[in-house]
Amino acid sequence: MPYPIEIILNRQLADCLAIPVFITDTTGNLLFYNEPAEEILGERYEDTGEMPVEKWSTIFKSKDESGQLLDPEELPLVKTLNNQLPYFKTFWIESLRGKSEKISVSSYPIIGRTGVFMGAVAIFWRPSDE
Amino acid sequence: MKITLWGVRGSIPTSTPETKMYGGNTSCVQIESDDTLLILDAGTGIQHIHFNDNLSHRRIDILLTHLHNDHIQGLGFFKPLFNQDAEVHIWGPASQTQTLRARLGRYFAPPFSPIYFREFSCKLILHEISNESFDIGSINVMANFILHPGPTFGFRVMAEGKVFAYIPDHEPALGSKGLIENPDWLSGSQIVKNADLLLHDAQFTAEEYAAKQGWGHCSMEDALKYASILNVQHLLLAHHDPDRTDSELDRLYHHLKESQTSDMPFAMAVEGSEIIL
Repeated sequence: MPYPIEIILNRQLADCLAIPVFITDTTGNLLFYNEPAEEILGERYEDTGEMPVEKWSTIFKSKDESGQLLDPEELPLVKTLNNQLPYFKTFWIESLRGKSEKISVSSYPIIGRTGVFMGAVAIFWRPSDE
Repeated sequence: MKITLWGVRGSIPTSTPETKMYGGNTSCVQIESDDTLLILDAGTGIQHIHFNDNLSHRRIDILLTHLHNDHIQGLGFFKPLFNQDAEVHIWGPASQTQTLRARLGRYFAPPFSPIYFREFSCKLILHEISNESFDIGSINVMANFILHPGPTFGFRVMAEGKVFAYIPDHEPALGSKGLIENPDWLSGSQIVKNADLLLHDAQFTAEEYAAKQGWGHCSMEDALKYASILNVQHLLLAHHDPDRTDSELDRLYHHLKESQTSDMPFAMAVEGSEIIL
């Protein structure tokens, strides 16, 4: 199914950025991630293409400062998908290889000029980027 | 479906002898099928469309891809707008901030125009459209927003089992990697896919485009690639740059033909030409 131009433009923007960007549809399926995001996922977009939410959401674990797993409902992207509003949060992520990293995430909804909610974008910032 | 190209020049009309063969009027295409008449865009080419006093087509539908000047400049000179027996429907992109009437009204008012919008004496009906399909008489039209500065449509016109895709202003290669060779990630793909005929923006050469990214237009090379990815049967390159002479267009056509990698037929759009689909 062809994507609306709002999603295409977000992909084109992400392609130009040096920070990790993830773009999802309205249910959280991963439509695109840029090269800096490949480093976090440990996967290449060219190899995986789009990924269903069940797959990509298990690639890393989200934890708080004390190492406790975060409720997915607390994550910015999930909140954006649920409420169609922007969110921000700093937390820790642990990859499948056990690598832990402090990360800040900004997320925003993609709502085009037709007023229709089309998906969401999550931007990951490493503390050194802030 | 009969298609007549009344304006294929981009940005600003030209009237030099050097541009006479391909034509100097800006975007306007007439479509006729059975008793239905559509006009796509109201650039200066619309001045070629004449009706007798009795208006063989009482209802006229004008579909505007967008409101840039080269697509509406001829509107104020379209005689049926001043004929109280005519019924004119103008279709244009919806906006979240202003109505279509308010936006067109900014142009049809002093100091830009001596004529106010309210002075059109025909029965005038405005339609604000979004991503949608609709029927006008025997013709079905699909409108989709495409990549170009400001709300801009591509139109997929379907009649008599044929498809004409119309995207005169389009920058599908906008971004660091240019055209993405996956139809799902190509702006306007729903409009264009498998069309019998596509009229598409080709204002720049690839070299010129490198210096004009973000201006909202397409290179000839990208237009060919885009049409080929979307399995277009015939392509017309249009929105010719106002500085491009006839001889330059001829030269560029031959150059493109020599380097073309697909066997899709294509041509440079010529003002005044008629095509039967």
